[in-house]
Amino acid sequence: MGRKLLLEYDHVPGIETFDVYRKNGGYRSVEKALKSMSPEQIVEEVQKSGLRGRGGAGFPTGMKWSFLAKPEGVPRYLLCNADESEPGTFKDRYLMERIPHLLIEGMIVSSFALGAKLSFIYIRGEYMWILDILEKAIDEAYANGFLGKNILGSGFDLDLRVMPGGGAYICGEETALIESLEGKRGNPRMKPPFPAVKGLWGCPTVVNNVESIAAVVPIVNDGGDEYAKIGLGKSTGTKLISAGGNLVRPGVYEIEMGITVEEFIYGDDYCRGIANNKKLKACVPGGSSVPILPAHLVTKTATGEDRLMTYESLADGGFASGSMLGSGGFIAFDEDQCIVRNTWNFARFYSHESCGQCSPCREGTGWMEKVLHRLEIGQGTMRDIDLLADINKKIEGNTICPLGDAAAWPVAAAIRHFREEFEWHVTHPEEAQMRNFGLLKNVIVA
Amino acid sequence: MVKVTIDDVQIEVEPGTSILNAARQIGGEVVPPAMCYYSKLPGTGGKCRTCLVEVAQGSEKDPRPMPKLVASCSTPVMDGMVVKNKTSERVHENRGGVVEFLLINHPLDCPICDQAGECHLQDLGYEHGAAGTRYEEERRTFDPIDIGNKIKLHMNRCILCYRCVHIANQLTDKRVHGVLHRGEHAEISTYIENAIDNDFSGNMIDVCPVGALTDKTFRFKSRVWFLKPMEASCECTKCSGKAVVWMFGNEIYRVTARKDKYGEVEDQDGKTGWICNDCRFDKKDVSKWNIEGPRKINRHSVISQGQYLSPRSNAKQITDGNQ
Repeated sequence: MGRKLLLEYDHVPGIETFDVYRKNGGYRSVEKALKSMSPEQIVEEVQKSGLRGRGGAGFPTGMKWSFLAKPEGVPRYLLCNADESEPGTFKDRYLMERIPHLLIEGMIVSSFALGAKLSFIYIRGEYMWILDILEKAIDEAYANGFLGKNILGSGFDLDLRVMPGGGAYICGEETALIESLEGKRGNPRMKPPFPAVKGLWGCPTVVNNVESIAAVVPIVNDGGDEYAKIGLGKSTGTKLISAGGNLVRPGVYEIEMGITVEEFIYGDDYCRGIANNKKLKACVPGGSSVPILPAHLVTKTATGEDRLMTYESLADGGFASGSMLGSGGFIAFDEDQCIVRNTWNFARFYSHESCGQCSPCREGTGWMEKVLHRLEIGQGTMRDIDLLADINKKIEGNTICPLGDAAAWPVAAAIRHFREEFEWHVTHPEEAQMRNFGLLKNVIVA
Repeated sequence: MVKVTIDDVQIEVEPGTSILNAARQIGGEVVPPAMCYYSKLPGTGGKCRTCLVEVAQGSEKDPRPMPKLVASCSTPVMDGMVVKNKTSERVHENRGGVVEFLLINHPLDCPICDQAGECHLQDLGYEHGAAGTRYEEERRTFDPIDIGNKIKLHMNRCILCYRCVHIANQLTDKRVHGVLHRGEHAEISTYIENAIDNDFSGNMIDVCPVGALTDKTFRFKSRVWFLKPMEASCECTKCSGKAVVWMFGNEIYRVTARKDKYGEVEDQDGKTGWICNDCRFDKKDVSKWNIEGPRKINRHSVISQGQYLSPRSNAKQITDGNQ
């Protein structure tokens, strides 16, 4: 079992309360930061740590912070993106449910580093019970002098608010999140200008994932260099992985970057293999929007090296034979699962969640969903498979925000790696139906 | 001033100009089509993706090409930028893709659509569209609704460019319509069929690139190519009073604002020449107008003689997924 930085105390009873959290070393980083460090020093430590955004894109957090414009007399904002809606990802939920104070501590330190006097946690509308947990924790932090005016006598003021969204996946995109927070329709904005220059109410804004902000706490406590010692190459520190699918022990795991995928799936400390003694068929390593990998490419790269849980190793081979670490939503499929049905399910999600602003995504995701549905229920033709591949190409890269790419990649990868299965659905429509519905005999096939 | 090269034509423009506007300063063939961007309405653009161009060189300082195609209407030019529009095969292919997306749910009712002949999507379909469709599913349909007593909304034809939403934001006191739902189901509508009732709402019809918003006083009266456009002016307290009246014989069939070759309303006396609803809908009597002379329509469209000799003659015909 590797080192744990975020979930070290998650087993302690009552850790969601301020007193227990404080007894277990909580809020040390706030004391250290506010009393002995300057904001620039914290940004420098985060840059040294090599922390990369945990929301999916993997952009270095320190670099993002250094881009923040600092014009005189204009407020700056820090927003925490807790709109975790990617199918397969539930790490932020676990973190906020179990250790809400860790996020609040991270928010205080990060706000201090960025000079934000008012910070928001934007939480998805489906997480209403977590909203209560967070608000309770924030009240405790206010009562104990860690939020509000003149925190710990340092002269630093901070107000922290939790804002629930309406439950739209698109509001996890940073500019859509800002629009939604401003009370508008959650449509992504055109970039440039980037939020670091013009964000919330036209002011410089940084948007970070829950896990990235929580990771600032150990970075400040132990120093950026210490954090960078964990991990491999440019993938430093620990990462929360939400393991789901046909695994013996699914759940949220904190891993050190650089363990092998094989160890993660089969290791005793982690998922303990595929459930019901089945074989692994495919795996989506980073949430529904990353390309799916067939079994032979999950544990080994195309060149025969061990695949590791790092940003680089999972992306090894590009999209031809690799995938992405993404947000860490690890979904395993056993041999009984139907890739066509799964791909359709993902496509349906993206079609449902497209904001409808730009044409390739609005029309393309719906079209893909319909074609995949046709294939799934055995009414597809061979040319539908080529059509799908072509629709993909026309969406990818042509949209305002990455939702279009996220919708196109899983479909493209499924066709690339599992084309025979798609063809089998065309040539054996009835068997395909029976497989998906168990022993259902009366299948409606046109 | 920054130097930018678009399709091998070099031009110097003000810093901060978008690629599309730089191309419009050159004019002619290099101008990318735009369905949602409207230079007179701040905030428009970036949505339809028909103006995608390839940036072969980012700038003088950073000559790397941009990996993705960019929306030319919302990307500012950099010094030394090299842009490919007509000369890029990638642009041609992806723009064709965008047009296909716009058309999959668009009804093929040009023969009865009032916008036919002035429709930007029709032009785009001729330039980039395929001869057949690969879309076999049922099209998304809505019932036409009345928004106000003078405007009809055919949501089936809408391409969600958001121009009418922006114009209502910028020209009227209170916007009562907007976009409902999301994704494929997104639609322009008013709150529970609320009537749009203000003096400048008719301009929604002028900015609509397709036939989604039509003038109820002109619907089904005539095809636009049978009418003679005449420049006319009148004394109006609300607007500039400078408009184009579309006549058949001595009768005025419809009134529109004066539009330039990109389909945008021209400036009159230093201000954008939006016209008010009184001029547009109620003044259909020749005696109320001072006819100045024939209006030259700069915009080429499918009805201009010889504009499109053979549709998509140099591009491969796509009839189904196999080809």
